[in-house]
Amino acid sequence: MKNTNEMEIRFDSRSENEGFARVAVASFMTQLNPTVEEVADVKTAVSEAVTNAIIHGYENKVHKICIRCRISENVLTVEVSDSGKGIEDVQQAMQPMFTTMPEQDRSGMGFAFMEAFMDSVEVESEPGKGTRVKMKKTVGKGRELWTTQSL
Amino acid sequence: MKYQVQENCLTIYLPREVDHHNAEEMKREADAVIDRNHIKYVIFDFEKTDFMDSSGIGVIMGRYKTVSLIGGEVWAVHANERIRKIMTLSGVTKIMQIYEEERI
Repeated sequence: MKNTNEMEIRFDSRSENEGFARVAVASFMTQLNPTVEEVADVKTAVSEAVTNAIIHGYENKVHKICIRCRISENVLTVEVSDSGKGIEDVQQAMQPMFTTMPEQDRSGMGFAFMEAFMDSVEVESEPGKGTRVKMKKTVGKGRELWTTQSL
Repeated sequence: MKYQVQENCLTIYLPREVDHHNAEEMKREADAVIDRNHIKYVIFDFEKTDFMDSSGIGVIMGRYKTVSLIGGEVWAVHANERIRKIMTLSGVTKIMQIYEEERI
């Protein structure tokens, strides 16, 4: 049996909860003994996904957002899902600089940041049903060399 | 949020975390100050900031659009390595100056 651990949180799609969401995931991942950089990467990615759910998925109306995290060996999987309006064209939405709200100063970098900071990002979405963003990151990649060395 | 206006220059002292939640308030307040004081230069001071996501990039881009119309500029100061990385990755460094302070 592999070393696994899971957690799930559900919270209201209020912008106040963005900070809570990324800190919750960050603290769950500490058991992987991540670097400061890796924690920052995951926090940024979670923040982007949750912000998307709030402003695009639910268009600022208050419903529930669900985050599921899973640790398997040294891989962290984070799934952020909403049951909001969904994305018509996922490929287009994932283009850097693409935004449906340029007048609101949205940079259009949300998915680009998720892809830059995580190892993989998968988006499943159905218009009218909701969106699920599944992200993976291997934590502590380059560390084996010295952690396995005994004196 | 803390602001300081000196002639036509506005300094915005950013909070510890810049996300969508506080970006909204920041935009509203900054725009009011820019409008009222005929601001041409906007300085984002990242002294206290250790987290920023793409919402922060949106704030910078939006203020740049406003002041560039009158030939203004946008600056970043006291940005740590993480914030610089976020700014570089987003390409916003093409439109703004990052002030590099001397390392002691």
